[in-house]
Amino acid sequence: MSNETTAKTPAPQGGRAGMKKELSEEFKAYKHVWVFVELERGQVHPVSWELMGEGRKLADKLGVELAGVIIGAPGEASKMAAAECFAFGADVAYVAQHEALAEYRNDPFTRVFTDLVKTYKPEILLLGATTLGRDLAGSVATTLLTGLTADSTELAVDADGSLAATRPTFGGSLLCTIYTLNYRPQMATVRPRVMAMPERREGRIGRVVEVVPNLVESDIVTKVLSFLPDRESSKSNLAYADIVVAGGIGLQSAENFQLVKALAEVLGGEYGCSRPVVQKGWVPVDRQIGQTGKTIRPKLYIAAGISGAIQHRVGVEGADLILAINTDKNAPIFDFAHVGVVGDATRILPTLTRAFRARLSVNRLAS
Amino acid sequence: MHIVVCLKQVPDSAQIRVHPVTNTIMRQGVPTIINPYDLFALEQALQLRDQHGGEVTVLTMGPPMAEDSLRKALTFGADRAVLLTDRFFAGSDTLATSFALASAIQKISETWSAPDIVFTGKQTIDGDTAQVGPGVARRLELNQLTYVARISGIDFAERSVTVERRAEGGVQTLKTSLPCLVTMLEGTNTIRRGTMHDALRAARATVVKWSAAEAGIKDLTKCGLKGSPTVVKRVFAPTPRSERAQIVDLTGKSNEEMGEALMAEIFARSPSLESALEKMAAGY
Repeated sequence: MSNETTAKTPAPQGGRAGMKKELSEEFKAYKHVWVFVELERGQVHPVSWELMGEGRKLADKLGVELAGVIIGAPGEASKMAAAECFAFGADVAYVAQHEALAEYRNDPFTRVFTDLVKTYKPEILLLGATTLGRDLAGSVATTLLTGLTADSTELAVDADGSLAATRPTFGGSLLCTIYTLNYRPQMATVRPRVMAMPERREGRIGRVVEVVPNLVESDIVTKVLSFLPDRESSKSNLAYADIVVAGGIGLQSAENFQLVKALAEVLGGEYGCSRPVVQKGWVPVDRQIGQTGKTIRPKLYIAAGISGAIQHRVGVEGADLILAINTDKNAPIFDFAHVGVVGDATRILPTLTRAFRARLSVNRLAS
Repeated sequence: MHIVVCLKQVPDSAQIRVHPVTNTIMRQGVPTIINPYDLFALEQALQLRDQHGGEVTVLTMGPPMAEDSLRKALTFGADRAVLLTDRFFAGSDTLATSFALASAIQKISETWSAPDIVFTGKQTIDGDTAQVGPGVARRLELNQLTYVARISGIDFAERSVTVERRAEGGVQTLKTSLPCLVTMLEGTNTIRRGTMHDALRAARATVVKWSAAEAGIKDLTKCGLKGSPTVVKRVFAPTPRSERAQIVDLTGKSNEEMGEALMAEIFARSPSLESALEKMAAGY
């Protein structure tokens, strides 16, 4: 199947370091599944718990332990995060605390994380594909000289115990399954909302391993001068919204995009868009849904004037109910939407907005 | 100052098609472009050079035809272009790519001067991994600044740089020392058109071409497929869902009836949504 790729890029003979698994003795000692718990300013990013759910499945399949890795400043937040790790299914929590780790910086986090890996030797390492997670994962993988699969959409364990990480490729038009056969740990990042949030079970306990990192602030070159939180008003809750209304270039103009916003507002949801809409400059990039934008898992997703390329599809497939409106009855979006309307979104959106507004107007608080 | 910008020539992903029967990528006739994210890095580099003086070297690894992208970068105003090309690089994953680029930057340092800043785009549109920038930074032990929205200051006397970077939930202002590696966020600037002078210069310029050996790489096991810990075992098209969307027929309906019919369809399929919306409307 990959003939075309290999034909285009002839490889030296004897290449392909390890299509066969030949794990060295050193790497055979690597056991257990780790999830990096992204703790920032006292809050754990929900993607960490989503990964904990996936990690639990992998660990059970392999018959090994699942651990959360918490790196942060000494204090309550780290302790709370450890307890949460157990509630979401971890057996162990590694807690590395130091004043120099109060705010994320690449250098000290990379050092602490790679030291932990070298000491405790996990076979699988999962991180959220957030700005922090991607910044850290790239450095850690390079330091450890191991493989890293970005933005995995599916994680599984093979018959021989290898991690199979599937991700979209070629601009999201195909999927590929990537292995790190002969190096450890096997690393993967997963974007927020790609995996479902696991059930939280209060009262589960586990083992806490406290680690004292060997750090000196004066050795760390990079300093955080300030952190300016995004204004509430400009923060979009797109990835975690229960209702999302999105528009594509089928809306034909930036002005018509208001129709999408109006429906989202009536429904108390968030609005989003497809990639071409961002490229046209109608809507800012933080509203983009799809492989290179946000992944969403709402209860209701309404896609107006979006054709449904795979790059968009992988970002919305987790929605419970997808309603698609498109003038082209052959548009790919109808292949994965649950309900479809063949028609002009600029005409149909206002009718929906009116219907919902009438239905929900009673006692509605001013928004 | 000396700035190195790492670029990648990529297929214009908007024009990639998958063969409906064989599921292979139809590359023929797909135009190649400079990875759009890299243009933000290039423009930032050119602006810094314009302000502070110095040179911008653009670097790419790829097949011989990647020279096109370097020449394009020269027309925008880059001073020098280096193409790292060798069949030993074929099949490189991000780890092997970062090794090759880091080696070439070493060679650039020896040949001309060590860069003060290495720039990359935040990611490529074909791989979308965002891993090569951090990989290069790690290998060269450069201070790593990813997702940078703005370079707010450079102090050459102090050899320091201050940037604003996109972090989770806010903007982080970081100060670090040179040399550093910066991955630029999109939308931070617009690539210049380039002057007539630049276009003429680009047409005459020689793109420096290095093989692995010429870039000073001795250990070829760190290159290409051999140097890539990841293995792509399977490439496939997503399985279609077993059923297509149920099409709601709205022909002959008034606007009012249309909205009502669709809302009813939504609530019929998701009763919990109806009660949730009612609660919200009631102000809970």
